[in-house]
Amino acid sequence: MPKPFKSQIVTANDLMMGDVIYLTPEGGWSRDHADAIVATSQDEADELLAQAQAQQLKIVGPYLAEAVLDDAGRPGPVHFREAFRTRGPSNYHHGKQETAAV
Amino acid sequence: MYDYTDFDREFVYGRVAEFREQVKRRVDGSMTEDEFKPLRLMNGLYLQLHAYMLRVAIPYGTLNSRQMDQLAYIADTWDKGYGHFTTRQNIQYNWPKLADVPEMLEALADVGMHAIQTSGNTIRNVTADHFAGAAADEIEDPRPTAELIRQWSTDHPEFQFLPRKFKVAVTGSPNDRAVTKAHDIGLRMVRNEAGEPGYEVIVGGGLGRTPMIGKVLKDFLPKADLLPYLEAVMQVYNLHGRRDNKYKARIKILVHEESLETMQARVAEVFERIRDDFEVPQDLIDHIESGFQQPAYKSADIAPVFDGALRSFIDTNTQPHKNPDYAIVTISIKAIGQTPGDATSDQMRVMAQIARDYGHDELRISHEQNVILPHVHRADLPAVFAALKDAGLATANVGLVSDIIACPGMDYCALATARSIPVAQQISEAFADLDAQRDIGPLKIKISGCINACGHHHVGHIGILGLDRAGVENYQITLGGDGTETATVGERAGPGFAYDEIVPAVQRLITAYLDLRTSPEEEFLAAYRRVGMAPFKAALYPEQAEKANAA
Ligand code: SF4
Repeated sequence: MPKPFKSQIVTANDLMMGDVIYLTPEGGWSRDHADAIVATSQDEADELLAQAQAQQLKIVGPYLAEAVLDDAGRPGPVHFREAFRTRGPSNYHHGKQETAAV
Repeated sequence: MYDYTDFDREFVYGRVAEFREQVKRRVDGSMTEDEFKPLRLMNGLYLQLHAYMLRVAIPYGTLNSRQMDQLAYIADTWDKGYGHFTTRQNIQYNWPKLADVPEMLEALADVGMHAIQTSGNTIRNVTADHFAGAAADEIEDPRPTAELIRQWSTDHPEFQFLPRKFKVAVTGSPNDRAVTKAHDIGLRMVRNEAGEPGYEVIVGGGLGRTPMIGKVLKDFLPKADLLPYLEAVMQVYNLHGRRDNKYKARIKILVHEESLETMQARVAEVFERIRDDFEVPQDLIDHIESGFQQPAYKSADIAPVFDGALRSFIDTNTQPHKNPDYAIVTISIKAIGQTPGDATSDQMRVMAQIARDYGHDELRISHEQNVILPHVHRADLPAVFAALKDAGLATANVGLVSDIIACPGMDYCALATARSIPVAQQISEAFADLDAQRDIGPLKIKISGCINACGHHHVGHIGILGLDRAGVENYQITLGGDGTETATVGERAGPGFAYDEIVPAVQRLITAYLDLRTSPEEEFLAAYRRVGMAPFKAALYPEQAEKANAA
């Protein structure tokens, strides 16, 4: 039996700035994981990744990462690596956490 | 200090100009990322977790104050006001922006520095004993050798696409502070029976996935034969090293799979063939050596030291110098709870100023992620201590439990499987009291955030390796590792510990050591060698020990 598909998002880094970004439903990029478009099948995931790869002028290093939906249906990270990428390093208040509204 | 020749300068500025064009072409779309990536890596630009990272070589760890000031300027102008000194005597900037990198490289070139060959399957930045040129136990300063190798290996057309990266370390002292036995090639300066200096050539050491202690490829190599011999080793490796599997591509695997004797025979054969075509011009050697003269030592009266804090600092953070009126000062950039290896731009400027005022303008970066003032007159130690103290740089913990090596781990590194920095910070805080640290005595804790072992965990007395176990950070402990001339790979203690269990586990290990040592003079490593793993294992896994006792 094939493994059940787990929801995925496409993440990358911004070509010029280097910061972590997520592919959005509009085909653009957001700095907020919750804005990411969620693939619910492997075909859809492959399609989104291909769409990201075509945007070489904006991004670098796109890949698929597993995501989990919260009660409001917004995607969040599953693996701790992706959770760190939504915040920044733990030794300084740098990266996303530096500019976060909270 | 080695002074760039016109050729060196032209070459480095030329590379900056080239890279500027490459960035432009990547940004305007005339180059894809697949095309650009190898080019940016050749210039030290990585993509990490949160941002790009620029890795800058500090050849054999040597800097002058102007260069240190420039590193501070770069940190302030194009990064976040700090830099991270690494276990390979490099400095890494964690937040550069793509468009700024050519500017950063140009600023480096202005002070004779670059980021060339800090990545890729090439011969990387040549490292050396951080006490080079100053150590009391030195046969010869290893830096002219390291500089010669740097010149030979930089942009060497044949060795830009080796099977895998290649690391060389050089020491001029019998006490190995450069971890030469854990490098692809380690060179130890030795004397032959006639008393002439030459090299013991060690090959096939390395940490990472398959840790190995290097083996002696040649027990005495005359100095004049160095480059043809290295060229021969590289030719053999380039031809026979495995390219089918990146985990088996380092020279250590070749030596291991094909035997040391085969390696020796192959190298000897190539060496005989190429040796006569290989003459290093004497004026080049003279130019290099002229850059590494002894400083113009001064004389001054040395007052007795009564101040307790200064006394502790001198005891812990200084080492004997070849001139008995001088000392080697290690500046710990590991204040309690700080990130190992990080220095702010202000701290860099303070260190540069102290080097100008009291240190014959010399600084070194150690693979243990500290900064060294190699030549300080003992009469100046009180002033140096005071200046360091004002900048929060006078922590007297060198060689002690809080002087931890930690790689960037999953706070920065894209390859990481777990974090290392916060583990180091928490251990440091758990043992904050310096008197207690001195009571524990010399102890090397080394932490890596993945199997690549940049944090040298295999050669830590206590090594910690961060792994990803089913989506959770997990830390494996190794014990009894040693990175010196008696190099040993540590032994795995048992199952790993969760993130919130690792610091208490280290505390239990140290309590066990304090209980079992025969006297305060018996250091952790000596005690481990005497009693072996069992009592430490019992301390790490008390429940299992209890069960075994009950059974
Ligand atoms: S050991 Fe692993 S995590 Fe640490 S710096 Fe090296 S590659 Fe990155």
